[in-house]
Amino acid sequence: MTNRESGPNGQADQSFKTSESSSVDVLLEDVSAGYGTRAALEDVHLEVPSGSLLAVVGPNGAGKSTLLKVMAGLLRPWSGRVEVLGEPPGRAAHRIAYVPQAEMVDWQFPVTVEDVVTMGRYPRLGWIKRPGALDRLAVADALELVGMAGHRRTQIGSLSGGQRRRVFLARALAAEPDLFLLDEPVTGVDATTQEDLMDILEGQAKRGRTVVATTHDLACAAQRFQRVAGVNRTVVAQGPASLILDPEVLAKIYGGHLLVVGGQTYLMDDAHHHDEAAAGERHFHAESESSGTHRGGKD
Amino acid sequence: MDPIGQLGHLLVDPLGRAFFLRALVAAILVGTVCAVVGTYVVLKGLAFIGDAVSHAAFPGIVVAFLLSGPYFLGAAVAAVGTALSIGFVSRRTQLRLDTAVGVVFAGTFALGIYLYSTIHGFVMDLMGLLFGNVLLISYGDLVGLVVLGLLVLAVIGVLWKELLYATFDPLGAAAAGLPVELLEYAFLAVVAVTIVVSLKAVGIILVVAMLVTPAATAQLLTVRFGRMMALAIVVGIVSAVVGLYVSLWADAASGATIVLVETALFLAAMALGPRTGLLSRLRREN
Repeated sequence: MTNRESGPNGQADQSFKTSESSSVDVLLEDVSAGYGTRAALEDVHLEVPSGSLLAVVGPNGAGKSTLLKVMAGLLRPWSGRVEVLGEPPGRAAHRIAYVPQAEMVDWQFPVTVEDVVTMGRYPRLGWIKRPGALDRLAVADALELVGMAGHRRTQIGSLSGGQRRRVFLARALAAEPDLFLLDEPVTGVDATTQEDLMDILEGQAKRGRTVVATTHDLACAAQRFQRVAGVNRTVVAQGPASLILDPEVLAKIYGGHLLVVGGQTYLMDDAHHHDEAAAGERHFHAESESSGTHRGGKD
Repeated sequence: MDPIGQLGHLLVDPLGRAFFLRALVAAILVGTVCAVVGTYVVLKGLAFIGDAVSHAAFPGIVVAFLLSGPYFLGAAVAAVGTALSIGFVSRRTQLRLDTAVGVVFAGTFALGIYLYSTIHGFVMDLMGLLFGNVLLISYGDLVGLVVLGLLVLAVIGVLWKELLYATFDPLGAAAAGLPVELLEYAFLAVVAVTIVVSLKAVGIILVVAMLVTPAATAQLLTVRFGRMMALAIVVGIVSAVVGLYVSLWADAASGATIVLVETALFLAAMALGPRTGLLSRLRREN
């Protein structure tokens, strides 16, 4: 069912109890999740080692965003065990920075670049307190790191696609999290921006922080990430990033979307659309509470 | 008499009368509170909920009258209860939010009319309830409104940044550990109390304008959240004061006059606004 590259099962179970000292930041065991009665993910097993840079790849509607939402504690799984930073999902929220897809954001909202990045500091500020000198410093550093220091007073709607992604990464950086959960952080950006953003994420991983990012860009996943998880309604493969250069693994992830011509493998994945995320958004509040026990399961 | 002196008389003379002073304080309070809360209402797209909650206050007012309690207490209980149940229904059932709002909205208003029609004799001012008459506000009511208004401002003062984050990016805020669902309920309760504060000034039917129009006007003029709220407050207060004087001079309904001033300011912002303004668009085309 699942193709587990590393870590014997026994060790995974062990880490559930002594997780604080273990080196696994995210652990999913037999997890199923979905919206309403529609299952998006089934029987997921996934381990994300601390300090790793993990790309989540897979075709449209494969459940990549859903996987990220389960890790972020935004979607309660129907079944299975989830442990994030050694705690049940949502419990370690102040150590997590989640960045939604660009399509989920209202870009006409009256906030500037600096306002958005400062929001990254809000959760650690606590109630009533206003951002102080330390927060302003963290915001300035994050803006400097993503190369947006010159745009701090710009309203977010007048930014380019690449600049928007830079700003949201800066918000995540300002939160100084132990775990980054990024939904399509380099989708629709130019090559320079992609390189810059990946350099930053690499730097974070080197400092022991863990990065999980969904992406459609297999070349980027293979070259710039350390690890990869192939998703198609479940995690069908996980291991070092070079894994997805294997045509057999690609066939498992992409199924019918793959075309092999004369020894060359071509991926027929259409440019991404976000039906899955949009539907999930609509159903989340209505369903997450009531769907504790029943499972769609048939498709 | 010179024209300036005459204008001075028109502005100053009413201030000598207690009823006008009370009305002025109430109108300024309503303008401020509605602008602050309305900024979030506009950005969250909750105008329709505001309208529903104000109609839901009606049965509460009638019941308060039947029990001879203060009207704003009855209104507050009914409005807050309705706001929270709309939030609950939309989160926990398959119904679309606007459907849930539509059902609640008509049902509660019908209950109010039903109860009202059972009261015999001409004891309650229905027109005043529906369209407001701030010039008739009593001292006791004014004290109640000031307390409720300050309560709303205090709650927003405590929650402003969490509400801002949850409004802008609910997923990011929830993942970072903010209690987004709780904030939503708290905000709905705040909207309900704001509406209760505004009822005497503009009445059930027109409250939604106080909540939405100043914030919408401000949004046409700025792209910064803080300035949007500040501008909305200015629009709210100016409309309240100007509207009150005009209604006195013209002997017209005060609530409707205030809302008309707000609408005029909105139209002016639309015509002259820096980004969306018709004038700047014409200038760009030349």
